[in-house]
Amino acid sequence: MVFALLGFAAPVAVIAQTPAASAPQNLQDTGLYADFRTLQVDPRHLVFTPQYPLWSDGALKRRWISLPAGGVIDGSDPDAWVFPVGTRFWKEFSFGGQRIETRYLERQADGEWLYAAYTWSADGREATLTSQKGRRNAFQLAAGRSHTIPGVNDCKACHQGVRSEILGFSTLQLSRDRDPDAPHAEPRSLPDVDLNYLVEKGLLAGLPQPLVKTPPRIIAASATERAALGYMHGNCGHCHNDQGPLKNLGLFLRQIPADRMQPAVTTTVGHPVRKPAPGQSPEAALRIDPRHPQRSALLERMASRYPPLQMPPLGTELADQDAVALLQRWISDLDASPAESNPQPKVHHQ
Amino acid sequence: MKPRVLLIATAALFAPGIALAQSNPADQQVKRGEYIVTTAGCHDCHTPLMMGPEGPAPDMKRALSGHPEEMKITAPATTTPPWMGAFSPTLTAWSGPWGVSFSANLTPDPETGVLRDFSEQQFIQTMRTGRHLGQGRQILPPMPWQVYGKLTDEDLKAVYAYLRQITPIKNKVPDPIPPAK
Repeated sequence: MVFALLGFAAPVAVIAQTPAASAPQNLQDTGLYADFRTLQVDPRHLVFTPQYPLWSDGALKRRWISLPAGGVIDGSDPDAWVFPVGTRFWKEFSFGGQRIETRYLERQADGEWLYAAYTWSADGREATLTSQKGRRNAFQLAAGRSHTIPGVNDCKACHQGVRSEILGFSTLQLSRDRDPDAPHAEPRSLPDVDLNYLVEKGLLAGLPQPLVKTPPRIIAASATERAALGYMHGNCGHCHNDQGPLKNLGLFLRQIPADRMQPAVTTTVGHPVRKPAPGQSPEAALRIDPRHPQRSALLERMASRYPPLQMPPLGTELADQDAVALLQRWISDLDASPAESNPQPKVHHQ
Repeated sequence: MKPRVLLIATAALFAPGIALAQSNPADQQVKRGEYIVTTAGCHDCHTPLMMGPEGPAPDMKRALSGHPEEMKITAPATTTPPWMGAFSPTLTAWSGPWGVSFSANLTPDPETGVLRDFSEQQFIQTMRTGRHLGQGRQILPPMPWQVYGKLTDEDLKAVYAYLRQITPIKNKVPDPIPPAK
């Protein structure tokens, strides 16, 4: 009930008519580096690695958070942490050993998040503010595709799908009970910035005790299912959830720690497609057709990069073949009537 | 009660009602939406043109219902430089480097209207981002969402309110066609 009330009190944001604030022109002015000349990151910033990383066409990513002096994250709603004013996040994207862009989020005095992206020069000596519209052809990928640095509205299209607007720094993503089968799992950072670290350091307060005592994990029928649901949480759940603007689609792929049911299964497996996307196969009548990955619309859209059909619709130019293979295994192994046989609890924290 | 007093009392009874009808916020919002839709060019692409005695004119019997489903188009137009695009006689199908796009059915038809799954918030997000439902696939040219995205929330809400109460027209607009390889 408390969570439901919070949901009403803090609805997801709507993209504003005009941007409220502007970001620094250069990355170094955001405070990421102690010494920009040597690219030494300020050691006071915390490195973190979400256990279910977002697929970004194989980019190598590094992430940092900086809390203001004395600032504490309010974790009393485990599904929507509240970050203190002045919190800053950075995410650096590299392809082929070359820094391409660094994205930046900063919580403003009015509570709004400032969104920015910085484009690295070819010699790696400068990183300047990218246009609000983003930048195409920032790096040549495979198959004639190229990496696009997203515009601010595209950043918000995903981030504003959840109340906190922060996607990779959350209860499940920072659980100590990490999924060893998560696609593209990254090595843990040092120090290992997980839930327990944050609580012990006094940087995260209010997190329900069961989540502190027993790190949350997705409870699933198999290791494959756990990894598949986790992948969808990290790559799809920020838009497809029961609180954001797309809730009326009834497709809930985000794992919520306080929720004991598993909507990521019940809203997909055996669930009819409501409105086929352009280019969708007529055979794909169900979101997930148990035992039939080739007839599963969700997988078809994940595997496609035809723009009207592909999922996610932005932020990626190449299908994630590892994830496609994972979901194929999961769907092939599914029981034909999972909605009846598999109404399992979703995240264990007892 | 004298007739004059009765007249005054009657007028007093009805006057607030008249004033209320004139200032009904919902009606005003719809009127505002109609004004924007009419003056901002929505009919130019979403109401098919038909040839009449005075040349092409919007077919208002199909107002805002998008590309007519019976007009079949199966491939992008073939153009030679310097031309890079073409459009159908109805001005509802557009061929260019993006393939072929078809103007959407904006009427509230429950089966074929594009807005049938859109909330008011999603409609605003769509105009702001140029993405279907505000978060999905890109809206194709020549839809000038960049212009309409600069409208205020109030104006976009008015457009949404107007479009949700116009006459529904059943017309299944085809899916876009990819560009020729």
